[in-house]
Amino acid sequence: MRITLRVWRQKSRDDEGRMVTYELDDVNENMSFLEMLDVLNEKLTLQGEDPIAFDHDCREGICGACGVVINGVAHGPEVTTTCQLHMRSFKDGDVIEVEPWRAKAFPVIKDLVVDRSAFDRIIQAGGYISAPTGTAPDAHSVPVPKADADRAFDAATCIGCGACVAACPNASAMLFTAAKITHLGMLPQGQPERASRVVKMVNQHDEEGFGGCTNIGECAAVCPKGIPLDTISQLNNDLLSALASGKL
Amino acid sequence: MAITGAILVLFLIAHMYGNLMIFGGQEAFDEYSHHLRVLGAPMLPTNGFLWIMRVVLLASVLIHMYAAFTLWNRARQATAGKGSRRYHSKKNRTGVQRTYASFTMRWGGVVIALFVLYHLLHLTTNHIAPGGASDSPYERVVNGFQIWWVVLTYFISMLAVGFHLRHGLWSAVQTLGKNKARRQRAINAVATAVAVAITVGFLIPPFSVLFGLVG
Repeated sequence: MRITLRVWRQKSRDDEGRMVTYELDDVNENMSFLEMLDVLNEKLTLQGEDPIAFDHDCREGICGACGVVINGVAHGPEVTTTCQLHMRSFKDGDVIEVEPWRAKAFPVIKDLVVDRSAFDRIIQAGGYISAPTGTAPDAHSVPVPKADADRAFDAATCIGCGACVAACPNASAMLFTAAKITHLGMLPQGQPERASRVVKMVNQHDEEGFGGCTNIGECAAVCPKGIPLDTISQLNNDLLSALASGKL
Repeated sequence: MAITGAILVLFLIAHMYGNLMIFGGQEAFDEYSHHLRVLGAPMLPTNGFLWIMRVVLLASVLIHMYAAFTLWNRARQATAGKGSRRYHSKKNRTGVQRTYASFTMRWGGVVIALFVLYHLLHLTTNHIAPGGASDSPYERVVNGFQIWWVVLTYFISMLAVGFHLRHGLWSAVQTLGKNKARRQRAINAVATAVAVAITVGFLIPPFSVLFGLVG
């Protein structure tokens, strides 16, 4: 299939950047989106041009490294990671526009690569539990209700790709933050730090320059892991009780 | 923002109820209006209840606007002032699933704020008196809403209120931490129903006057 790509090219952090058009004539519909970019990059390299920089690692949809805005939608037309998106989701002759995540807290490093270390700092602020090291305790020693375990697990599937920020009209990272709050807040091991965690993580979130949540729901709609929007409600609930309890 | 919004919604419901008293005729409507001034008497002085309401409402509006401005400002800084239009691609400007109402929150809020000033000058202080000023609240309503453009300004403003409530009610539940995945659809349905009910409830009296059913 033939496709026309319009890709964001930006040499460095300080470069202005612009959309550049490329034509690809021999795209196989079974290629993943990243494989299609690989083909383009090989072509560019042979022509002596700078290949397009994009983040990727596992290419199995589990690491969260890849992620670009395709035709204005984070991760493109399917609800999955960019690496798990295939060219069969497009039609012959399509014009496909590829851009990096856009948010002040995610500065572009080069082309489609953005710096997502703001997420690491949010996790560092409170996305952990304190547990004694040493011999692992018996798995059954702390009972967890099935419903809680399921919800914690669902929230824990967040891969930190940043699509929620890219899709949010406010560039808020509330879904990412809420996924970790919900994951740890549903489990007994997460209780000691539950109140301080939510306050620290939300503070760090705001300090990083992400926008505020206005409950529009674009984040959950594009999340490749299906983190539900009600995790943000759980975050709000935890934040309200934390502020009311004064146990910070 | 959610709590002040909830206070304002409760006020709107009471206000709408009062408006619908117009169908009781001039005496009932004016009596109701007068009763608001002496509500709680003799425990409260004349207009005491009204002034408590005015202070609570003004505080709610100001806090609500402050929160909205803060959110707007943070979004502006986080997206270089472009919000959902920060991508070059024009193929998804309306979002994947977002409601039309969610687009109207900020400018719709400005429209509502301007409308409130106009509305207070019109029917409360009567400085703006299209169709003629009057001491009778009933006559103010009837005089004003016999004019098509007055009804039009109220109609547009009530649509802005309706959209604001559609997203605002849902958003308030989520903000107060009461949303659950299994309730989300129901919360949104209730938000739509309440928004429609309040919009229609407010629009019935002006249109009834315009079409000669009242007055």
